[in-house]
Amino acid sequence: MATAAFETPKLKPYPVIPLVAAGATSHLKPFVASAAIQTAVGFPGELAEGWEQRAVAKMGELLDKYRSLRVYMDACVHCGACSDKCHYFLGTGDPKNMPVARQDLMRAVYRRYFTFAGKHFPKLVGAVDMTKDVLDQWWSYYNQCSECRRCSVFCPYGIDTAEVTMAAREIMDSVGLGQKYSNEIIGKVHRIGNNLGIPGPALEDTLLGLEEDTKEETGVDVRFPLDVAGAEVLLVTPSADFFSEPHVESLIGYAKVFHAAGISWTLSSKASEAGNFGMFIGNYEQLRKIALRIREAALELGVKRIVVGECGHAWRVAYSFWNTLVGIGAGGKDPFAIQLQSQLDGRYKQPMHICEFTHDLIQRGAIKFDKERNDDRIVTFHDSCNVARASRMGDMPGGQFVIPREIIKAVANNFHDMAPGTTHEATFCCGGGGGLLTDDLMEIRVKGALPRMEALKNVVDGHGVNFMATICAICKAQFSKVLPYYGFDMGMVGGVHQLVSKAIRLGEPE
Amino acid sequence: MTVLSIAYAALFYAATAILVVGVALKLRSYARTPAPLLIPTTPAPTTTGGVALRLTREVVFFESLFKGNKWTWLFGWMFHAALLLVILRHFRYFQQPVWDVIVFIQPYGTYAGFAMVAGLAGLWARRFLVDRVRYISTPSDHLHLALLIAIGLSGLAMRFVNPTDIVAVKAFMLGLMRFDIQPLPTDLLLLLHLALVALLMIVFPISKLLHAPGLFFSPTRNQADTPREARHLAPWAAALDK
Repeated sequence: MATAAFETPKLKPYPVIPLVAAGATSHLKPFVASAAIQTAVGFPGELAEGWEQRAVAKMGELLDKYRSLRVYMDACVHCGACSDKCHYFLGTGDPKNMPVARQDLMRAVYRRYFTFAGKHFPKLVGAVDMTKDVLDQWWSYYNQCSECRRCSVFCPYGIDTAEVTMAAREIMDSVGLGQKYSNEIIGKVHRIGNNLGIPGPALEDTLLGLEEDTKEETGVDVRFPLDVAGAEVLLVTPSADFFSEPHVESLIGYAKVFHAAGISWTLSSKASEAGNFGMFIGNYEQLRKIALRIREAALELGVKRIVVGECGHAWRVAYSFWNTLVGIGAGGKDPFAIQLQSQLDGRYKQPMHICEFTHDLIQRGAIKFDKERNDDRIVTFHDSCNVARASRMGDMPGGQFVIPREIIKAVANNFHDMAPGTTHEATFCCGGGGGLLTDDLMEIRVKGALPRMEALKNVVDGHGVNFMATICAICKAQFSKVLPYYGFDMGMVGGVHQLVSKAIRLGEPE
Repeated sequence: MTVLSIAYAALFYAATAILVVGVALKLRSYARTPAPLLIPTTPAPTTTGGVALRLTREVVFFESLFKGNKWTWLFGWMFHAALLLVILRHFRYFQQPVWDVIVFIQPYGTYAGFAMVAGLAGLWARRFLVDRVRYISTPSDHLHLALLIAIGLSGLAMRFVNPTDIVAVKAFMLGLMRFDIQPLPTDLLLLLHLALVALLMIVFPISKLLHAPGLFFSPTRNQADTPREARHLAPWAAALDK
């Protein structure tokens, strides 16, 4: 089924907040997961009689499990500070893409069943029953949120729409309405080990091919080790790095960094995926189950350090959640955490981002570059939402903004940031995050990219920028697809380690 | 002792009980609900002291709102700051002798009444003039603003147009605090003003006015950014490790 034709928004020289266009994207919704996909991840196969009560009961359960949801259902005052912050609203004008209105889709049901005012004066406070019509709106608009958290930066109470979207998706999954793209991928991770469904032998083959290619390019034997027990570092990276362009260029970059620094490392066929779509669907058990693969691989291989490749949401899960979920981190006092943490080398941050790893080597002078090899590029940097607003690098708050830029400046001579208000914690999502990177949602992906495309256009026109570096597999895939809609070359996007790869000195060919 | 005095005394006892018990129950439910994952909006402070500072900036200056929307910040901050002064000014009805600081702020509190109404008017105007804010405004949003403006205007009217017997009002309030009901003046403005304040107290725990305590429990604002340094586990999540 092809999606209907749509018009790509025009790029304006400066940002314009659109007028409200009710229902502009009410027709957009993702494919529904089949019963087979649903049951494979432990959800009911389809909506069945009595789902309304089960949905409300699930909401009650989540309200008891997540303080975020409980507080955010009550605290909003409809001040409107978030109303012009969502890239999907800015790109479509659909008022239900305003974060407050998206939250209100759930708040209306919450009020009806869980508050005094909503039980007794539903009209006054906009409380509604859980009906098929409400569910249809949830299905549409909670799948037009990339959980990027930009709204939460500007909310006076820190209300995070991502928390509400995750809860809504969890409720829908629990009554048998799941999103095909995300849930199919979660099934693949459990069955095969990664999101792309690359089996072990194919992965091994690919890595051998990369060794040959790199030898051809550089004359140096750069290794791409797989399942090497006793290696110092386990590198966990999004599986897109193995197969997709431009992702693979960054993987080659990581390998060259390890080679140049002389640090032994390995990939794992069991943990051949850093991504964790359990977060997108807001399901704690899936989040944990997917993360457990990394723990198991680390224990089996006996590694001392765990390093994570360029992937935004994966870094959020790794940095913010891994210690909680599976004990990858430090400071654990329970046997479960200690089992792993006593194996890991406490002198290093666990887990560590590949940018922290490379940056540290640069600081210590352990790797050198020929910057002029990137002189054909004028580079800008796209802060990925999950890295920017849900994680950190280094020791200082905000290190996640500084470190990737420092690396770029160490390996390339030409760098220009995009406008303030579109970078750092105010960065705009690429438009494809949060489980929306699927062709059935192409219209919202293209329109949601508008704010980023406008910011990019300004540095392209003003500074001749011809390369947008980023550290997220989803950003890379999304921009590769969406850039051409706005008249840009799809090759303009790539990884930070793609630039590192080009400039790094590997020593004399052997 | 008039029926009216008794009715108003009863109203205020009930309103106070509802406010205190209602908010306490809400706070208990917020405090008891675990936050299983660390979700501070980053860049976030890495120490408890830093978190306290972040919350203080939010409470005192509305830092995030300032980043979000300057007009809403201006009107919102003006209203809240003025409301604080107005409330402090009203302390004089509940204490004998009156603290020096309360005596000192009396004139500021008086004129803060105008700033309070102006701030509310600005916030209300946004609900009509900005199409996005118009779209999200519910009857309850308008009624909250109407209620607060009515409280402000009835108060200002008593101060500047039609003064009531404030000595008697004070005697009534002090009496309430000693469970000794005193006669309340029967000025219409006063009765309106007091009834609306009681209504505000009653709706507080069941309305969006919960944004006030909610901020302190918001995980994106009150968590320190230390996930790699310490293992953060909610009881229900810890059970999964077993």
